[in-house]
Amino acid sequence: MDWLNAAVQGILLGGLYALFAVGLSLVFGTMRLVNLAHGDLTIIPAYVALVIVGVAKFNAFYSIPIVMVIMFIVGYLLQRGVLNFVVVRGDIAGVIVTFGLSIVIANALQEGFTANSQGLDAGKIENLSITINERLAIGWLPLLIFVMALVVITLLQLFMNRTKMGRAFRAVSDDQEAARLMGINTRHIWAVAMGVALLIVSIGGVMMGIRTTFHPLLGADRLIFAFEAVIIGGMGSSWGTLLGGVILGMAQTLGARAFGSAWQILVGHVVFIIILALRPQGFLAKTVTA
Amino acid sequence: MSTPIATSVSGEKRYSVSVASRTNFYILAAGVIIFIILATLPLFGGTALTRRLVDFFTLLALAELWNLMVGYAGLLSAGQQGFIGIGSYTLWLFADKFGIHPFIAVIFAAIGGAIIALPAAALVFRLKGGYLAIGTWVIAETLRLIVANIKSTGGGSGITIQAASQLGTETRVPGAYWWALASALIAIVVTYLLLRSRTGLALKAMRDNDLAAESAGVNLWRSKMYTWVIAGAGCALVGAIVAIHLLRVQPAAAFHINWTAYLIFITVIGGMGTIEGPVIGTIIFYVLRETTSKYGTWYFIALGILAIVVTIWSPAGIYGYVIKKTNFMVFPLQRKLSVLDEGTAPAEIGTGAEKTAG
Amino acid sequence: MSLLEIENVSVFYEDFQALYDLNIKIEEGEIFACIGANGAGKSTMLRTVAGVLFPRQGHILFDGTPIDNMPPHKRVELGISSVPEGRRVFPSLSVHENLLIGGYRNRKGPWTTDAVYELFPLLQPLKKRQASGLSGGEQQALAIGRALMANPRLILMDEVSLGLAPVVIKRIYEAFPILLQNGCTILVVEQDVQHVLTVATHVACFLEGRIALQGVPSDLTTEQITAAYFGV
Repeated sequence: MDWLNAAVQGILLGGLYALFAVGLSLVFGTMRLVNLAHGDLTIIPAYVALVIVGVAKFNAFYSIPIVMVIMFIVGYLLQRGVLNFVVVRGDIAGVIVTFGLSIVIANALQEGFTANSQGLDAGKIENLSITINERLAIGWLPLLIFVMALVVITLLQLFMNRTKMGRAFRAVSDDQEAARLMGINTRHIWAVAMGVALLIVSIGGVMMGIRTTFHPLLGADRLIFAFEAVIIGGMGSSWGTLLGGVILGMAQTLGARAFGSAWQILVGHVVFIIILALRPQGFLAKTVTA
Repeated sequence: MSTPIATSVSGEKRYSVSVASRTNFYILAAGVIIFIILATLPLFGGTALTRRLVDFFTLLALAELWNLMVGYAGLLSAGQQGFIGIGSYTLWLFADKFGIHPFIAVIFAAIGGAIIALPAAALVFRLKGGYLAIGTWVIAETLRLIVANIKSTGGGSGITIQAASQLGTETRVPGAYWWALASALIAIVVTYLLLRSRTGLALKAMRDNDLAAESAGVNLWRSKMYTWVIAGAGCALVGAIVAIHLLRVQPAAAFHINWTAYLIFITVIGGMGTIEGPVIGTIIFYVLRETTSKYGTWYFIALGILAIVVTIWSPAGIYGYVIKKTNFMVFPLQRKLSVLDEGTAPAEIGTGAEKTAG
Repeated sequence: MSLLEIENVSVFYEDFQALYDLNIKIEEGEIFACIGANGAGKSTMLRTVAGVLFPRQGHILFDGTPIDNMPPHKRVELGISSVPEGRRVFPSLSVHENLLIGGYRNRKGPWTTDAVYELFPLLQPLKKRQASGLSGGEQQALAIGRALMANPRLILMDEVSLGLAPVVIKRIYEAFPILLQNGCTILVVEQDVQHVLTVATHVACFLEGRIALQGVPSDLTTEQITAAYFGV
């Protein structure tokens, strides 16, 4: 792969990481919960799509809106049924419960669908690409994922700044007890936040299932990449998260170009560690504390 | 034996603050007997039982260390597998490459863990709470990928520890057993001593409230650092024992996140913030695994669900539930307040079960 | 029927009892002041009425309806709104957005953002400013305005004068009659006795989780109040 090509692929990959990361930071922002099951929750949409496509026999692309709705409901119920009890109890409970959830989801998926890699069929688009010149070609699907990241972040910002519920999200984020005293049902808001987070990751989760294959144990990497994007970009900033995703994606693809594909993820981690050491607040942080 | 730390007279009542009670003396005596049996077990217990107990004690040691970090210092690590893996590979390095006897190389592995823990702390301590947990996970993954990418360690497929396999079963198994038993005891004793010390009080204060502890002059960073490095060294020690025990070390297995999952589940179910909790948790984990592993990973799923349920509805764990009901601890770490009315036996009003963090 | 009835309420923080068998009746149109030293239980009582704490024993009736186990947002819907201790404005939201959050439940009534700006003209030019940049007095005005946006029948005010300059405190208390005119009963908790007694129609003095003295301010002597306040 050419250097320029590697860089472009890295940018596009960054869009995918940003899609995953936005969900993680939305949940953290509204309820101060670091969801360690977030990575596994990005795998579930692909399996939901697999089941839908298996039953309905249509192009996997059409399953995306259905999966989004299902995952919103899953997120809402997960929050109201389990995580709302945890949010009010602080970091330790949050980490233990979401970590436990992560292990449960990964192992349950393995029991249900085996540990084998699976794929989703979306016809021709999987391999279509725009050829710029003989050294640079941009795949339609990665491009689409990147564009979706831009769309999602823009819509999320509009939702937060222009709607009544978005305002309530920000109020809850600032001071949850004061928000309750103003008549906001924080349990509902948190559940909606989790629903929206899973709705967003569904887009990336299913599209990744179409683009490559997936298996139940991918969750840890997805969680870590999302986390790295959030920290690199700076917490609390959506566009920062996109920037973080792009930096991480480029570190990975350029690392793979330089040292071979076995080094792809390691180089990403190393770049993350360097940035954490030199600029722990990230690049576009709204708040300084990490 | 009641060991009063201080007595004072206030109004008409006399108070006595003590840590241990008479029952604890009998427990101590029973403990000595149990210890003698356990210490001599390889001499009469047979290889199969000894092997199983290596598993048991290594898990117990790991759980105690995680408990020390989280239950007392609020350090939420999801990356202890990094130290376990480093311990395994350091053992291989010293035993096979430098020709040091594996049972001695174990000590170097612990030192290796401590050395890795220092720079890792400088990084992950920049993060807080749940993000710190993922940060430690990243460190573990980074270490795994480095090891897997080095050709001389056998890369991803791993490597056999020659020095350990040359020992022969009759030496290797008892040796691993004694090290495993020692690691569990060390973890317990270190935790006990640390928590009875000034640092221990600082750690508890920190677990309860960072800001308040800091303003009371507690050096948070140093206290966290102590626990972190001790846990890192301890996990590396256990990793080395596991490597001797299994004869083979592989990055995917040695650095597997399931290690951390085991010790989180064990600690949480048993009872976080107590020394006894992980003991109970390890027994439960072990029994469940041995009896139901034929059904695949369902036992693991069940444990995960149990850990979630316990955290939400009974955060002090099984042992915490027991002390709440009986006000009794094997390893007394709390000061109990007794009212000494003239001429009558001390009526314990105890502090009861302490709130477990979370 | 009283607007708010607190019947034999006991409240605990874990094992610590903060309120003992408390009884209070507040009539519509009153300015009910609770005074007392730090830790006497006034704020606990207020938080229990707001729904952040729940009584272990006893009942709370709002306009005859039991609300003991009702979450705070439902209480806001019934017409109980709060000016919390320390103001607790939403720092990252603008002044205007803070007011809009106050009206989150869409209760009908006289209070709108315009009405609040009229009551506290100082807020008008700050409309678009982030609340975190406001002075203490401005934040307090905003916190009261925000609570009014819920169009409450009962407004709970916790230590509204704490940390404010006397001139600002005076201006805030001057607004009380306007609130009453708009159908809003006031339950105010204060450590600063002097100001609140000039406006209160009824005063209850808290001491160690109990009411040591209550009545109409004009009927009570300074000595009585001092005695009840300090428990001597």
